[in-house]
Amino acid sequence: MKLFVPFAESRLMPDTRLAGPMPWVIAIMMFLMVLAAASGLALAQAARAMGGDLAHRATIQVVEANADIREAQARAALAMLARHPAVADAKRVTDAEIAALLEPWLGGEAMGGDLPVPALIDVTLRPGNDADRLAPALAKAAPAARIDDHAQALAPLTGLLAALKWLAAALVVLMAAATTAVVVLTARGALTSHRATIDVMHLLGATDLQIARLFQRRIAIDAFAGGLLGLAGAIAVVVLLGVRLAALGSELVGSLTLAWWGWALLAALPVAGMLLAMFAARWTVIAALRRIL
Amino acid sequence: MGGIVQFDNVGLRYGTGAETLSDISFTLAPGTFHILTGPSGAGKTSLLKLLYLAQRPSRGLIRLFGEDIVTMPRARLPGFRRRIGVVFQDFRLVPYLSAYDNVALPLRVAGVSEKELDGPVREMLAWVGLANRATARPATLSGGEQQRVAIARAVIGRPELLVADEPTGNVDPEMAGRLIHLFDALNKLGTTIVVATHDIHLIGRVAHAQMMRLDRGRIADPTGALRHPPSRPAA
Repeated sequence: MKLFVPFAESRLMPDTRLAGPMPWVIAIMMFLMVLAAASGLALAQAARAMGGDLAHRATIQVVEANADIREAQARAALAMLARHPAVADAKRVTDAEIAALLEPWLGGEAMGGDLPVPALIDVTLRPGNDADRLAPALAKAAPAARIDDHAQALAPLTGLLAALKWLAAALVVLMAAATTAVVVLTARGALTSHRATIDVMHLLGATDLQIARLFQRRIAIDAFAGGLLGLAGAIAVVVLLGVRLAALGSELVGSLTLAWWGWALLAALPVAGMLLAMFAARWTVIAALRRIL
Repeated sequence: MGGIVQFDNVGLRYGTGAETLSDISFTLAPGTFHILTGPSGAGKTSLLKLLYLAQRPSRGLIRLFGEDIVTMPRARLPGFRRRIGVVFQDFRLVPYLSAYDNVALPLRVAGVSEKELDGPVREMLAWVGLANRATARPATLSGGEQQRVAIARAVIGRPELLVADEPTGNVDPEMAGRLIHLFDALNKLGTTIVVATHDIHLIGRVAHAQMMRLDRGRIADPTGALRHPPSRPAA
């Protein structure tokens, strides 16, 4: 299938670039589409990172008012965890780290006073295991211990991320549909304004495909120019947002990044937009031409 | 048989109105020259539209170059149209193309390379006296000049059938004579020519032309010569 017209045929229509509203409408559509796609990709990346880094982690708290018993149970729990097949790593949270965690709420003296502070153990599970597997052994080793499963705690957040990811995908599809509609309307308008020329070309023996190629070439070039413009604007916004998010220094927000293939996918959107516009124009023109002899 | 064009009981109706053309039957032998006359509204332009495949008939049979074009699939029509040259009454030049590009249009549509088409296009423009107007757009050309560009465009591809609707309506008698000479030369090379005109001088200028008269959508053929023409063109 010949997608682009040879030089001789290309001279059959006026070569006006960015003359109508279509390239600018496509630039706006592409701007929004790239932002939606970038959001979706970043959210997917964040969900993956969360699944990899946080979901396989649990915290064990030994809640016992008696400091000696608490310490004994914490040691027993740590020893049990070190032997347990579901555990990749278990590490006692030091008093200094606990003090730093409590300081914003209880002040610097929390660890030194009579306030019973639980002993904490950070556990990293091997893939395919969840924290519930530790419960029976832990109940024997440290009856005062309880398990905080990060995956369960993060479930509402990962659910939200997944929903936002699909929303972004839906927005990209809707934007692509709106772009197609713009192209169809533009092609119909061009057909109407060039009707006399099309009639002459038909009577001189031009085929539907020859005429359609003239329109699809013009529309593809306009769509590509608009797409590049929209992409440039959206990339600038994405980079700016990335700089701002990085400045927050949050582990959660910091996971909102784009992999190299994400950037490649965004860069490919104007090409995809151009191909979509080209085929929409081709289909529209051929469908219209079939209604005339 | 052997006609390049054959109409058999052809009728043409636009929408639900009365028939514009009724019971049209004639055969045009290859290499003949025909002049179609008749009062305004007689159906001359409608008949020409059927000839240059802008319209299909409402009834009857039309054979062109030996093939039935009434039932022919739409996709095959462009190939037939390339064998027909048309001079439209309203010229129908492409407004954003130069005179050169307008004349070159049928060759470009047919896929002729720029290198191959340049010589014939310049020669044709010189023939119609527009060599120095090659780059001019139609809007800057006079009515007569536009008509000559339209004629050059119609004959550039050496068509097997040339259909012209009032081709000398906007040119002076001298240019009309040159154009008729061009048609005559083309006819001698084998092109079948059908010219619709009111110009009685034109009728007298082509001695071997056969007359076709349309009146109120019906063709007058009292001798039957149009239905059963001689196999060779009249001298």
